[in-house]
Amino acid sequence: MTALRIEPNLPDPDAAYEALVEAHRGLPEPESAALNARLVLILANHIGDLAVLKEAIALAKRTR
Amino acid sequence: MGERKSVYQFGYRRSADQDSKSPLRHPVVIVGAGPVGLTAAIDLAQRGIASVVLDDADRIGEGSRAICFSKRTLEIMDRLGLGDRLVGKGVTWKVGKVFLGEHQVYSFDLLPESGHRMPAFINLQQYYLEGYLVERATELPLIDLRWRNRVTAVEQQKEFARLTIETPEGEYQLDAGWCLACDGARSKVRDCLGLKFEGHTFEERFLIADVKMSAEYPTERWFWFDPPFHSGQSALLHRQPDNVWRIDLQLGPDSDPDEEKKPERVLPRLRRMLGERKFELEWVSVYRFNCARLRKFVHGRVIFAGDSAHQVSPFGARGANSGIQDAENLVWKLALVLQGQAPQSLLDSYDLERGQAADENIGHSTRSTDFIAPRTVPERTLRNAVLQLAPHAPFARRMVNSGRLSVASEYASTLSTPDREAFAGSARLGLPVPDAPMADRNGKACFLLQYLSDDFELLYVKDGARPNVPEGLRLTVIGEDLIDREGAFAARFDATPGSAFLLRPDHHLCARMRHYDGARVSEALARAKGGSK
Repeated sequence: MTALRIEPNLPDPDAAYEALVEAHRGLPEPESAALNARLVLILANHIGDLAVLKEAIALAKRTR
Repeated sequence: MGERKSVYQFGYRRSADQDSKSPLRHPVVIVGAGPVGLTAAIDLAQRGIASVVLDDADRIGEGSRAICFSKRTLEIMDRLGLGDRLVGKGVTWKVGKVFLGEHQVYSFDLLPESGHRMPAFINLQQYYLEGYLVERATELPLIDLRWRNRVTAVEQQKEFARLTIETPEGEYQLDAGWCLACDGARSKVRDCLGLKFEGHTFEERFLIADVKMSAEYPTERWFWFDPPFHSGQSALLHRQPDNVWRIDLQLGPDSDPDEEKKPERVLPRLRRMLGERKFELEWVSVYRFNCARLRKFVHGRVIFAGDSAHQVSPFGARGANSGIQDAENLVWKLALVLQGQAPQSLLDSYDLERGQAADENIGHSTRSTDFIAPRTVPERTLRNAVLQLAPHAPFARRMVNSGRLSVASEYASTLSTPDREAFAGSARLGLPVPDAPMADRNGKACFLLQYLSDDFELLYVKDGARPNVPEGLRLTVIGEDLIDREGAFAARFDATPGSAFLLRPDHHLCARMRHYDGARVSEALARAKGGSK
């Protein structure tokens, strides 16, 4: 069941976080939401595994 | 607009049954002379079974309604004697294009492979299909077609259903050994039995218009998201015969259906789309739709098929096509039961297989609708993200959903014998077999599907002598009766010498083996007829 990796997987998590923040900086909210939507789709395709995607959705939904 | 003008007119005729003191019994009574009911009646007649077909109208009205008929439907119609006529009159197409604004984001080809007798799709006004079916039904003495016979009550008995029927000359009753309810989305039979659809209605309204014009557009399905001529909504353009074009415009959930049907509203909308071209409005309607089904299609002696059993959105052409496939699935089984060659429980497999098909159709149709008409702002954001990515990333093109077009269902069925050996190729257990270009014994070119019978059939790839197949099974030897002239059969069936493929009367593959084995074939045949083995 646990196909989703939740242990640290990025060599430099701070840099990754910074890249995401910078991508959104200065964008009005609707454009930011649109950017996130495109990012989610791109990353979902890259992962290429519906089970992982569903686990990720479940994790995101229960941690709000 | 409003009332539909008639394209074909038929007459009410008194039946001798109406003079009977007590209700007469017929083995099969079909309610509804639409595409589904008539397909069932013709297929039954070709199998030697008589039926009475009741319809509350006495004409076929204008308005195209269903326009896209799939390869699978055409293959069924070919078996019923109408394939060439439909393809001859229809507009053949296989390419669809999707636009975002003015730019193309995606295109698809529904039949990239050659060597099939039937095209991927034709477009044809539903009234032509119905007209041809009525003509074919009239040729067959086993079909008793009764116009202006309206069913008003249905009473289930143990071995029949008693129907009360209203005619211009008063009421009469009939007892149906089996009653096939092919009476459409607002099925009276369904109401009489107190059965309810399960599913939901979509709020979104759409305008559907058929216009007559000479236009230079190619014979392709064109779908727009957010077109310049219909901002923020979707639009569809599709060609039919006689220079008639189907246009579908999304209107939003708050539109007023009566207002939107008025020519003063419709014409400016169409002019924005069609520009300076001259056109005439043939038919217009505003619709909403359900994605819903009956939980079970077989209720005692009443069997539901087509829109009376399930409904979908129009995106994907899954309405009429699935109804016709219901009829074909049901008829050979009912014929075997009536002829005493199969147990009544064989009909459970109709419910199972066409229930699977209905779920699949509802699933696709719901997903398409969610994509075309997002219900919330975040849903729209996600949908637009797919469209924005599509020109740049192939994966997103595959997500663009303007309707996934009807293809045959692959049944996970109790009638199939699981494979023991691995097979590649496009032939799959539970699917109708693929067509292939062949030659007959005399070297004359033909197609596989043209050659197949209406009964159980074994395709055996020559490897020495002809096998002695079980009684009642038609044997076709590939390499003797039929020649695989281009090697397409071998590729599509992954056929090697000695291999054998068992086909049901509806041409769905129900068993296969690398080396013919009489005992395995007998067992598979018994299973496919609903036997216990």
